[in-house]
Amino acid sequence: MFNHLLSLLIWLPVAGAIPVLLAGSARPNLARWLSLLVAVLTFVVSLFLLVQYHPDAGGMQLTESYLWIASWGVHYGLAVDGISVALILMTSFVGILVIAGAWEVIQDKPHQYMAAMLMLEGLLIGVFCATDALLFYALFEAILIPMFILIGIWGGPRRVYATLKFFIYTFFGSVFMLIALLYLYQKAHTFDLATLAALPLTMKEQSWIFFAFLIAFAIKVPMVPVHTWLPDAHVEAPTGGSVVLAAVMLKVGTYGMLRFILPIVPDAGAHYAWLIIVMSLIAIVYIGYVALVQEDMKKLVAYSSVAHMGFVTLGIFIAFLLVRESGNTDMALLGMQGAMVQMISHGFVSGAMFTCIGVMYDRTHTRQIKDYGGVINVMPWFGFFYVLFAMANCGLPGTSGFVGEFMVILASFAANPWIALFAAFTLIIGAAYTLWLVKRVLWGEITNPHVAEMKEINGRETFVLVAFAASVLALGIWPQPLVHLMDSSVSQLVQQLAIHKI
Amino acid sequence: MPTFNDILILLPEFYLVAAACLLLLLDAFMKPAQRPLLHWISIVVLLVAIYLVVAGQPEQAVTAFGGMFVRDDVAEILKVFALGTTAMVFVYARPYLIDRKLLSGEFYTLMIFAVIGIMLLVSAGNLITVYLGLELLSLSSYALVALNRDAKLPPEAAIKYFVLGALASGMLLYGMSMVYGASGMGGTPSLDLAQLHNVMSYTTAPTLLLFGLIFMIVGIGFKLGAAPFHMWIPDVYQGAPTPVTTFIASGSKLAAFGMAYRLLDAGMGDLSHHWQLMLAVLAVLSLAIGNLVAIVQTNLKRMLAYSTISHMGYLLLGLAAAGPEGYAAAMFYAICYALMGVAAFGVMLALTRAGFECEEIADLKGLNQKSPWMAFLMLLAMFSLAGVPPLFGFWAKVLVLEAAIHANMLWLAIVGIVFAIIGLYYYLYVIKVMYFDKPAEGSTLQVQSDKPLRVVLSLNALSLLVLGLYWGPLLGWCRRAFGL
Repeated sequence: MFNHLLSLLIWLPVAGAIPVLLAGSARPNLARWLSLLVAVLTFVVSLFLLVQYHPDAGGMQLTESYLWIASWGVHYGLAVDGISVALILMTSFVGILVIAGAWEVIQDKPHQYMAAMLMLEGLLIGVFCATDALLFYALFEAILIPMFILIGIWGGPRRVYATLKFFIYTFFGSVFMLIALLYLYQKAHTFDLATLAALPLTMKEQSWIFFAFLIAFAIKVPMVPVHTWLPDAHVEAPTGGSVVLAAVMLKVGTYGMLRFILPIVPDAGAHYAWLIIVMSLIAIVYIGYVALVQEDMKKLVAYSSVAHMGFVTLGIFIAFLLVRESGNTDMALLGMQGAMVQMISHGFVSGAMFTCIGVMYDRTHTRQIKDYGGVINVMPWFGFFYVLFAMANCGLPGTSGFVGEFMVILASFAANPWIALFAAFTLIIGAAYTLWLVKRVLWGEITNPHVAEMKEINGRETFVLVAFAASVLALGIWPQPLVHLMDSSVSQLVQQLAIHKI
Repeated sequence: MPTFNDILILLPEFYLVAAACLLLLLDAFMKPAQRPLLHWISIVVLLVAIYLVVAGQPEQAVTAFGGMFVRDDVAEILKVFALGTTAMVFVYARPYLIDRKLLSGEFYTLMIFAVIGIMLLVSAGNLITVYLGLELLSLSSYALVALNRDAKLPPEAAIKYFVLGALASGMLLYGMSMVYGASGMGGTPSLDLAQLHNVMSYTTAPTLLLFGLIFMIVGIGFKLGAAPFHMWIPDVYQGAPTPVTTFIASGSKLAAFGMAYRLLDAGMGDLSHHWQLMLAVLAVLSLAIGNLVAIVQTNLKRMLAYSTISHMGYLLLGLAAAGPEGYAAAMFYAICYALMGVAAFGVMLALTRAGFECEEIADLKGLNQKSPWMAFLMLLAMFSLAGVPPLFGFWAKVLVLEAAIHANMLWLAIVGIVFAIIGLYYYLYVIKVMYFDKPAEGSTLQVQSDKPLRVVLSLNALSLLVLGLYWGPLLGWCRRAFGL
């Protein structure tokens, strides 16, 4: 089993989706329990990663490689480093929570919903461990299919528009990456990422390839100005869809940057680092202001996701600046680590925020902030969790949101105090939009009659929220295990930054 | 003087001719009540033909009748898939034909003659064989399109097809005569493709040769349905009975690829730097017209017709790369398209019944509620046509794009990929209608209960997924056929 641990992790949920589908609409409960079983099993198997992966050894471990397409030399190649392990654990953990979260909420064809979720989970895990560029690309694109169905069938009123926009937008970005990969294949005659990383490329080639990769990943992250699909997709997606989208799918974009842009085109990456940094700062500051004026709760959190992902891209590219211009490897390491922690933390925080909104939406069927007010009076326990996640969202020390942002800000201060200044704006803006949201939704008198009828969270919802809360607090109070898990991989990435390929 | 060996090489073809004649006789002498038997007999006939093709596969390329007929791996692979998809068409067509009282010997005989045309075409070693195969295929197709002669659209479509097809055949013949003439100036005139290969090096009339080439490309473009020679495609697809459309979208495309390969590579290979650009232009036009016009279609058959045009654009990317890599990619694409086309039309046939033609996109509304399995099969076909991984269609696209980049036509690959994004929309729209829309008021959508149809269609659509996950062996065959 340990020889094929990664394959098992990918194929268990994908294959598990088949019996769930077969359970059919006639036996919804069977489908629910089966899918929960598969999700829990996947999580348990993913825990073995912690045992099998040795953080101190570094490098890619648990390698599996089989010749897939002989005449092209394409391999079914899987391996993980610390970053992948952390992301896979988060994916399988969130996988359980979205299935538990959708339990009786999804009444229409629950078997199809659960099956799509499981497939999505398997494919996402696959993306995080693929070491062959073509395999990565295939999985990266295949994710769109279950997500397209999830938003389209179980989404809100404008779901068709949102899901088509989501699909075509993200597809648009990735096809240029495909061209870049095919170009690289012409030069290297392989899609193996490690070989591509060692391939010498001229600056002109690197620049073109850099932009091809950037379009693909920037749309996925999403970075300003290609973020416009995200608010639509989030608002219309069912709760589970939003959670997976925010918690895991956005990370595919930044993960892709780490695996493709950093090793394959480091010189172009360094040359255009300023561009990404500016884009990240715009995301942090401008999108923060945009979030401030939203009237839809989901949209607000969606925009705050864009702003938070700005920290991840900032952390990654500030490392470029630090390594290439001042040779400050320590600070670069800090920035990169901060970006990684932020990635994981944002997964939990945004997932939790969307779950909270889902809980309220299931009771009132509205996401407008003005339709709420005084929720704390009828749902005190829910209010407790909501405030906790809101605090994490604005980066309160002690929660996971603080750790990553703080590390990135420190690193950017070493690069350029101005960058740090703009990045630090998030502490104010983030607090502003989140606290104002809490104030308008939770506090105050009950002004809307349907708020008075809202029922306190049930056991299932409590379980989901407690699980999220535990992870948010654990990462915030004791991030050391996570940092240690990723440490060797991150320092390897930083060392790669210094290598010139021209 | 034909030897016994020649006949042995052509055994599958001879056998099919005999079988088709026999079917015609059977049809004439059968009692009407026994007619349905013809269906099973025809399928067996095709399966036996596949066996003969595979069993008699020569170690290396052999020729018969003094080079008129070539039997090599390329021909073998194309024949197997042409026969296979035609057998699938037979299976899918049965309920349709019974409901419309069209189940008769003509359909099966004409189809088999058309397949014989395909087999001659892909094995052609001589301009005459090309023309012979093409005409046999085309004339059978014209008649097949008009099969349902009492309806309004089919005769119109057939006449349109015939007039345009005759024009294209004329062009092709004209081009062939010029090439023949050019080969006679400065050497011995020849119709043999292998000898025409290096005409350019000795002919005293290179301009004539180039003109001939251009006319031949018009003929090829017409047969492929590549823009700007695509005018017949939408009307014929829409007007023809759906089983015939299915055949034109599958077997016929394999034949068109075979013809293009024989004429361009075997015959005009020396002129590749001339025709490469011509094919590239055809490819760009097909991609643009096919994908853009498909967006506004409301009729599913017509939409798939424009989608065919765009797919031929991708196939041309591979051909335009002009080299074994490109041909292998193009052949892979042709096979892939044939399988996808049969699956997509197969779902339509499964939903069509007496008094109801499933051919508007709106007819599929809420299919996921009525029949999740059919909806899923169509979903596979649509995502495959759109080129979304992990389905088969994606890898076919990757291969032709790679071939174009390999041949230093990066710009062409970029054009191809940009139109893939545009094309995505109308395939997604079909999925949207099936999955996200509620069934229309009073919709009586139901699936044919014909068992063989359901089973074969399921296997057909699932093959798109399976081949998408494991396409190595098929690619290996395609590449070996071109000596890679």
